[in-house]
Amino acid sequence: MKLSARAFKYGDDINTDYIISGKYKFKSTDMEAMAVHAMEELDADYYAKVKPEGGFLVAGTNFGMGSSREQAPLVLIHSNTKAILAKSFARIFFRNAINTGLPVVECDTDLIDDGDALEVDLEAGVVRNLTKGTEIPFPPLPPVMATLLADGGLVEHFKKHGGFAL
Amino acid sequence: MTDGRGKTTAEKIFSAHSGTDAVAGDIVVADVDFVMGQDGTSPLAIRALERMGVDKVFDPAKVAVVMDHSSPSPIEGVSALHTIMRDFGKRTGAKVYDVGCGVCHQLIPEQGHVVPGDLMVGCDSHTCTYGAVNVFSTGVGSTDGAAAMAAGKLWFKVPETMRFTLNGELPAGVFSKDIILHIAGMIGADGATYMAMEFDGPVIDALSVDARMTISNMAIEVGAKAGLMRADAKTLAWYEGRGSRTPAPVDPDADATYAVAHTLDLSALSPQVAKPHAVDNVSPIAEVEGTPIQQGFVGTCTNGRLEDLGIAAGILAGRKVHPDVRFIVAPASKQILLDAMAAGYIQTLVEAGAAVVTPGCGPCVGTHNGVPSDGENVISTANRNFKGRMGNSNAFVYLGSPATVAASVIEGRITDPRKYFTGGAL
Ligand code: SF4
Repeated sequence: MKLSARAFKYGDDINTDYIISGKYKFKSTDMEAMAVHAMEELDADYYAKVKPEGGFLVAGTNFGMGSSREQAPLVLIHSNTKAILAKSFARIFFRNAINTGLPVVECDTDLIDDGDALEVDLEAGVVRNLTKGTEIPFPPLPPVMATLLADGGLVEHFKKHGGFAL
Repeated sequence: MTDGRGKTTAEKIFSAHSGTDAVAGDIVVADVDFVMGQDGTSPLAIRALERMGVDKVFDPAKVAVVMDHSSPSPIEGVSALHTIMRDFGKRTGAKVYDVGCGVCHQLIPEQGHVVPGDLMVGCDSHTCTYGAVNVFSTGVGSTDGAAAMAAGKLWFKVPETMRFTLNGELPAGVFSKDIILHIAGMIGADGATYMAMEFDGPVIDALSVDARMTISNMAIEVGAKAGLMRADAKTLAWYEGRGSRTPAPVDPDADATYAVAHTLDLSALSPQVAKPHAVDNVSPIAEVEGTPIQQGFVGTCTNGRLEDLGIAAGILAGRKVHPDVRFIVAPASKQILLDAMAAGYIQTLVEAGAAVVTPGCGPCVGTHNGVPSDGENVISTANRNFKGRMGNSNAFVYLGSPATVAASVIEGRITDPRKYFTGGAL
């Protein structure tokens, strides 16, 4: 799977309260409506900037730390975030992203600046920075996770196979 | 052992639950002994089950949903989520803990749903709490929770383990909360990411089960997947009369391989405080003493247990909460509320000026029960102090032990509680 979009860059330790505040997670289960608040604590314009043409959320270390709220990857998906690129991820967020079908790429994001045009090749394990003309390699996902992502997440995997087929 | 080396607690539990010889780094599909969701996460799990086309759970006796985060419901939206959960319980036979029962992480072990040696998942990050009673318990998202509810199993990456041997003897006025805050400050918010933690040593042996849970509860604050302890005689005594299942304790092998091993002597530890807006922004109390506070909170899955309420009541007995401070107390469960009433703690706390709210999460996550105002400082026994955590991004949350909170609400500023413990006891 190859994805193309611009980079929207933020810092280290972005926690799930910043991705979607706890005060919204109880408002409803309508992710389309909640997505307008995505990343609001850090960047009130995130949704407005990313929604129209899509984007990659680029961050530093420990992206997605904090709570287990699956609303975090879901609001990012619904705000048209095509993948998260970070130096490292918090464990539960990483699982939730795979399970909801949001690609997560662990790579050296120091080589990416805000606004860079990127192409992410998930199978080949390479991020092509079209703005800078550079390539950033990353380790491809283990087979179990690649299968879930290829099926479109855990729900689709269950629908397709009637249960776990890993 | 087929590979000639010993196993960690995590490797043993995953081996037993996956029928494989699991070692760190393996990806296994393992049977789970219990699955839990709370009111912020269960509705999404229930929707995910519907989307999967599944209309029952793998075993109704092994699934529970808990209304604790926003309970009793403050707004219609939450009421609707609670209704989804009640309907789910009726439809599938899963256990429903309704308004007033308490925080999920107190109820699941307290009600005997998990026992030592179990593997369980919960749709809440602090599910790691039951590591204190030798359960490999870990937080997952709602879709994982749904898959586990449907199939009774889930995929896992077997974690490496970071071991902490805690030596010495805690000084009077210093508690398990101070230990885990100290560790968070030491290794940082991502210090144990993807790993399990194992805690042992004389300091752990000396702690009650209540106090041990505070440490395991915060394993996630350093990124860990679990915070495991052995089941000793205290653990087994704690389980007497709880539920019907027999504990099957799992000890790590003496020659287990650890990714990292820390040995700490805690005999000189002082009370610790996490400052806004990060759990690893930790200082010894001397550095923050005197910071004015407008609200204090004792409660949560970290420190809302009977022992915690007892410590707060011991300090507040015959004293008054400062007139400029609101002091909120949320017992972690209905049983704790009853026990605290029987012990006289609630009487003492209310007489001192506390507002006691429904057993549950209280103001921890900012949906109700005590949202601070702009610019206010809060001292809380919770496990998180992220910006906006208690519902207002313009407030400042400090974290400390129940003793630190109790001492601080008397003076209206962050206060070292050790002065109430001279001579080794209250
Ligand atoms: S008490 Fe706080 S940390 Fe614990 S489960 Fe409730 S909201 Fe989460």
